[in-house]
Amino acid sequence: MSDQLCLNLQGVHTHIGHYHILQGVDMAVPRGGVTMLLGRNGAGKTTTMRTIMGLWQASQGSVTFNGHDITKKETHDIAKGGISYVPEDMGIFSALSVKENMILAARTGDMDETRLDWIFQLFPAMKKFWNWPAGNLSGGQKQMLAISRAVIEPSSLLLVDEPTKGLAPAIIGALTEAFMELKQTDTTILMVEQNFQMAKTIGDTVCVMDDGRVVHSGKMSDLAENEQLQEQLLGLSMGAHQ
Amino acid sequence: MSTNDNGLSASSAPKFSVLSERNLPLLATAIVSLAALALIGQMDTWVTLTLAGLAMGMMIFVMASGLTLVFGLMDVLNFGHGAFISLGAFVGISVLLMLPSWTGADIAFLNIAAILLAVVAAMGLTGLAGYVFERVIVKPVYGDHLKQILITMGGLIVTEQLIYVLWGPDEITILRPLALQGSFTFGTVAIEKFRLLAVVLGLIIFFAMRWTLNGTRLGLVIRAGVENREMVSALGYRISMVFILVFVAGSALAGFGGVLWGLYEEVVTAHMGMNVMILIFIVVIIGGLGSVEGCFIGALMVGLLANYTGYLVPKVALGSNILLMVLILMWRPEGLLPVNKSR
Amino acid sequence: MFSYIFSGDFPRSKMLTLLLVVIVVGLVLTPWLFPGSRSMETAMRIAIFIVLVASYDLLLGYTGIVSFAHTMFFGIGAYGVAITLNEMGRSYEGIVIGTVLGFICSVLLAFFIGLFSLRVKAIFFAMVTLAVASAFTLLVSQLYQFTGGEDGLTYSIPRELSPAFKLVQDKVFGVRINGKLLLYYCILFASFGLFLFMLRVVNSPFGRVLQAIRENEFRAEAIGYRTVIYRTATNCLAAGVAALAGSLMAIWLKYTGPDTTLSLNIMVDILLMVVIGGMGTLYGAVIGSTLFIMAQNYLQELMKMASDQFSAMGLPLLPELIHPDRWLLWFGILFILSVYFFPTGIVGRLRKAKT
Repeated sequence: MSDQLCLNLQGVHTHIGHYHILQGVDMAVPRGGVTMLLGRNGAGKTTTMRTIMGLWQASQGSVTFNGHDITKKETHDIAKGGISYVPEDMGIFSALSVKENMILAARTGDMDETRLDWIFQLFPAMKKFWNWPAGNLSGGQKQMLAISRAVIEPSSLLLVDEPTKGLAPAIIGALTEAFMELKQTDTTILMVEQNFQMAKTIGDTVCVMDDGRVVHSGKMSDLAENEQLQEQLLGLSMGAHQ
Repeated sequence: MSTNDNGLSASSAPKFSVLSERNLPLLATAIVSLAALALIGQMDTWVTLTLAGLAMGMMIFVMASGLTLVFGLMDVLNFGHGAFISLGAFVGISVLLMLPSWTGADIAFLNIAAILLAVVAAMGLTGLAGYVFERVIVKPVYGDHLKQILITMGGLIVTEQLIYVLWGPDEITILRPLALQGSFTFGTVAIEKFRLLAVVLGLIIFFAMRWTLNGTRLGLVIRAGVENREMVSALGYRISMVFILVFVAGSALAGFGGVLWGLYEEVVTAHMGMNVMILIFIVVIIGGLGSVEGCFIGALMVGLLANYTGYLVPKVALGSNILLMVLILMWRPEGLLPVNKSR
Repeated sequence: MFSYIFSGDFPRSKMLTLLLVVIVVGLVLTPWLFPGSRSMETAMRIAIFIVLVASYDLLLGYTGIVSFAHTMFFGIGAYGVAITLNEMGRSYEGIVIGTVLGFICSVLLAFFIGLFSLRVKAIFFAMVTLAVASAFTLLVSQLYQFTGGEDGLTYSIPRELSPAFKLVQDKVFGVRINGKLLLYYCILFASFGLFLFMLRVVNSPFGRVLQAIRENEFRAEAIGYRTVIYRTATNCLAAGVAALAGSLMAIWLKYTGPDTTLSLNIMVDILLMVVIGGMGTLYGAVIGSTLFIMAQNYLQELMKMASDQFSAMGLPLLPELIHPDRWLLWFGILFILSVYFFPTGIVGRLRKAKT
């Protein structure tokens, strides 16, 4: 069972200063497909992502990635080990051009032509603003860049934190399609999302967090059918929220 | 969708305009220079002063660029930066004093070679000192501005004292190498040879920095890191190595600047670094922390202003620069060409 | 009663209490315990610096503000008295007017600097204060008609406070009871008073808000405290007390010049004293000042002996390292170590050791 797991968190606690944010997170992310991380605001979803990525150190517990313990590893090593990260604020370098942002992400120096073509297929608009300073992009365009950056190099695990936050429905549609495409690859995706429509559409498995712990995990299809459970875990039904 | 060969549009950046936001500071500097010309009245004096101002500005730029980059990238406020200036000056001057045959010769080539040798030695030592300083003093206090200010000041005090230990308590006077003394005269206009050299060297450094930052992968990492350290880490780069590199480079540049400044003033003292730090802080604040271009413009402004007011209204020379800083901060609280910081 | 005088802020450590008692007794009985004008000078300097450093601790230790302009306020207080006495001649009115003027100027200037700092990032503040302090020093040396420039001002104080005025005909236990002694105790008790006043301030509700701001400004703001107002108030208070300390200094020395008040060296000394003594404790100012000034005066002699000895033995480099002029090197190292290992300074160490 465990070698089917891409990512396994066991008893993870994270403290930020005096604040005890993660209070024993147990989370198993199966290999392949999309796992959604849901929960109310302040449940600890972003903290979990940052802990996995090594941006914040877990004070207790373990984080295992493809069988390796990465709990104490430094962020750059974790990244090199095959985890890509799209943070909540997208992490775009606005003073650099879109092209330069991509060059940075392509660690080995040159970008793989086929890979780049595939990205242009996912996000045709990228071609248009290739030479623009990234700061001039709109919210949706920045998100496309952030995701492109994360996938220019093949990775085992893609962490995405609230990709649709603040975006117009049309863009969300485009992103949803892009993620459906990404699902076809070998990459496992762990995504935090507040947009339940999207979560239902692309999610295979789901973990729900509350008060710094995972309180439910299972198949997305099961949760989607169970309105009562939705109300209980998330405070409202997934159908109602847009 | 507009296309060329590979489907990428050539450029869609905003149209270049002389009056664009980014060019305003440069424009302002030019206007100030012209205003000074009007006030001074005489062309030849103006040329001398302008050159002096540019030379001073270049040297300050060389010294300040390291500080601003370190702050921009590492969020570290190094109050000990002045120590590297003094240290560099002493090392450089010592090297020059060991080459009397080169500096005493009336051959510009030999003189410049001697200076370059001095500069290399200074940069080597201050770079090394910078490495030690970063590992021992700065690293333990990443993220804590208060402790940084205190501890780097402590480092400054200790380094100054060590200079006294190694070189003695007295100041050392130095004459500029023979062929670089005096000025070129074009009619009534006098152009000091050494100041010309300083301007040339300063420009070389500026363009070298620009090329590194804009044309190399390392520069890309640095520019990205100034905006968002975490993200650069998350892309797989060992940002701590980059920090050390930038700190060492910054210290080496301070050493370089120190040698030039020492030759400019024709005297070196352990305290000289601290003395020029005030101008450096003003330049760094005006330019915007983390911005090399801002630092360049700021340095030119400060250098020119100091020289113009030094001639027109000597009493307010330093005051004028502080006034300049206050005015600029009221207009643009982040500095002239600030860097967009996220994490 | 003690609780009232010390505002409930006790030393909280037997060793510390002992040290404080020793220092206070030492200062009070200096004329008898350590006869000679040199010891009196040292003791007076210690007393005044206790006030100056404590006022700086208010800024740095309690509110977390780093400022390099503190010696400027010290100087304003000193020059206030100096210029007034210079113009008006020796008189009590001169002293009072000068002190009040110095105080008001300091507070106003601190207020404006505080306002300006709102506009800019906190990080800029330290650098801006450095620039402003330098500009002020330059201004003082350029307005030499008023201020005596580099040479400073020398002036007289009322006769009753000078050595010529004899209160008691004979010596008491070997010490002459004259105006100078009277002045000594006036300044000493003024210093104690100011110190206890600051102790009261930091232990008041106002002081507790300052500490909240130092811990987490964002949180303090969120709870509802207008941190801007508190920071500005602290700035002004610290500046005002520094000015008073400056006035005391001016009255004692009967001389005021850039080197005794405005020099950057003094600012650095204050930093050393407050950090080594212990930031955020106020008592740290007492320990730090005493230690530093004693070392400045007496350690150098010890170092000279050692240095000469090393020289005589023909050892390289060592004589220079231990040279009395290099005592700042060792204090600098001690300072760095303090920031790392004992951020709460000697006082913090002593308090911890007790548990």
